[in-house]
Amino acid sequence: MTKNRKHVSWGFLFFFLPVMLWLFLLIVLPHLELLRLSFTNTRGGGLTLSNYMAFFREPIYWLTFVRTALYSILVTFLVMAIALPVAFYITKIVRVRSAGFLMVLILVPFWVSELIRVYGWIILLRESGVLNQFLQSIGLFSEPVEMLYNDITMVMGLVYTSMLFMVVPIIGVMEDLDDALIEAAYDLGASKISIWRTIIVPHCASGMVSGGIIVFMLVLGSYLTPNLMGGKNSLWFTEQIYNQIILYFNWNQGAAFGFLLLLLSSLIIWVALKLTRQNLKEVVK
Amino acid sequence: MRIALSVQGLTKRFGSFTAVDEVSFDVEDGKFFSILGPSGCGKTTLLRMIAGFYRPDAGTLLFDGQQMDNVAPNKRPVNMVFQNLALFPMMNVHENIAFGLRRRGEKGATVDRKVQEVLERVGLPGSGKKQVNQLSGGQKQRIAIARCLVLDPTVLLLDEPLGALDAKLREHMKVELKTLQSQVGTTFVYITHDQSEAMVMSDTVAVMNNGKFEQIGTPQELYHNPKSSFVAQFVGSNNKIRVTLRRDAHGEMLARYTNGLDFRLIGAFESPKKDDEYDLFVRPESMVINPPEDHDNFNTMMVTVTSILFDGGNSRLLVQPDDTNDEIVVALPQTRQFDHIQAKDRIRIGWDTAKAICYKRRDWKIYDEE
Repeated sequence: MTKNRKHVSWGFLFFFLPVMLWLFLLIVLPHLELLRLSFTNTRGGGLTLSNYMAFFREPIYWLTFVRTALYSILVTFLVMAIALPVAFYITKIVRVRSAGFLMVLILVPFWVSELIRVYGWIILLRESGVLNQFLQSIGLFSEPVEMLYNDITMVMGLVYTSMLFMVVPIIGVMEDLDDALIEAAYDLGASKISIWRTIIVPHCASGMVSGGIIVFMLVLGSYLTPNLMGGKNSLWFTEQIYNQIILYFNWNQGAAFGFLLLLLSSLIIWVALKLTRQNLKEVVK
Repeated sequence: MRIALSVQGLTKRFGSFTAVDEVSFDVEDGKFFSILGPSGCGKTTLLRMIAGFYRPDAGTLLFDGQQMDNVAPNKRPVNMVFQNLALFPMMNVHENIAFGLRRRGEKGATVDRKVQEVLERVGLPGSGKKQVNQLSGGQKQRIAIARCLVLDPTVLLLDEPLGALDAKLREHMKVELKTLQSQVGTTFVYITHDQSEAMVMSDTVAVMNNGKFEQIGTPQELYHNPKSSFVAQFVGSNNKIRVTLRRDAHGEMLARYTNGLDFRLIGAFESPKKDDEYDLFVRPESMVINPPEDHDNFNTMMVTVTSILFDGGNSRLLVQPDDTNDEIVVALPQTRQFDHIQAKDRIRIGWDTAKAICYKRRDWKIYDEE
């Protein structure tokens, strides 16, 4: 018995140790250093809150954050609104074999790196791009229109890059939805809209929330898409961190911004979970 | 009597397969109507057409005399109790029952009153606050029915709702459903593959096979006067004795069994052709052990008892007629009169000629073999 227990604990250690090392060396340790940096000054000296205060004192910083958070929430809801019917179509309407094919179609774009996908959009949308040439050739536009570098394009790009992370969890919960429940609701007099409102969305809530958390975090922390598609006026909070660390060599300020991003986004998710009466444990399951 | 549901020439094809083939029937208001058939006979398809989930390829449907062929399921005056009941797990009992009322736009107080009334009618007052997963199988059943009854449908459709219950509860629910139906007076259309469910509960039973109705009648009619070989085999248990028919010198019909015995036939049978093979149906309950010798209207034969199947009031003997390998089932009344019968005994059995029915031989798939 004792021998057996010892054996188990060795096996446990064998698999547990790499995870612990990975967590500690790559995540905990650098964060501790960043935390220390965020509370100190470039000129040295003792602990200070000045880096954090700067965020609240300079409107450009907190306005950028509010903008980023609001756009991230918008993108999350847009992705949800598109992913629900897509997931419904894949799980409930098409046959099993074509469902697999459609899943592959959704997955394939994610085999290409985000950078390449964004360049794809740029090729399509720039002034001398495919779309402009086409619209000009059919005579809709007399001269090329700049479609890149505005907020709408940026939101579209963010929706596109985070689609998968919403569709997959929603498909997961929607597959469990018994077709008879939909039929029963229809039979009891529900219209299509009220079937969605009363049966499908409540059933899929856990998948929608877990997908929502993933998408919100991804969008909030994304750098490439807002930077390349958003242009000069669409400043994203990650760009502020980048600027502090890379342009101004102010690691302390950048670290403080990083922690503020982490704290504020966690706060937003906590509020969202409370509002939707979802439990993080349930959602993660 | 008012006709609550009238089905006329309803047909549904899936590709080249005809699932429901020109089925017509009427259900009177307030009756318990069952559609009985083996799995794959088309009964679920028929029910789904009545509910509106399938569009018929031909035929027409009338509810209370109004044609409803192009009305969507959510606008039809019928409600359905699903096979797995399909109670909404995200709602409690009260919300489940109120679901249909709210979709009609009824408001707070009226909804509450109606839900309470219907919960009392199904014998579960005060359980509105319970979650669906807190209910037992039988309670779920009643809530599923209550959820439909509260909408006061012209016809209530039930798709084998007892299928998932265990045997004892099923026996209990059969009686309960029948009582509930006579209390509320709603027209029930019930589909099942279980002949006992259909017989116990129904006013009228339609036996369905291969997309067609073989016979519509009261349970007694189906049992005593099956109109086809399929009904004879599917409804109740029946011995199938393989015979050939011929007429004797007096013009009387004789059935020759494989061991050379001749049985006299009266009553229903199809007109014979020479050498055609027939099945003679005699119910185990019609078989008499050691019938009186001098009785004129009895066919008798000598058999060997192969085993005794004791099952209380449903006890039976398995016997083998002399010079054959066939097996015949004989009801064994538990009056202690036949307690002396042992396995391997030779006994004489017989039946009233009027109680046998003869049809041309046809073998049907009457149950699924795993």
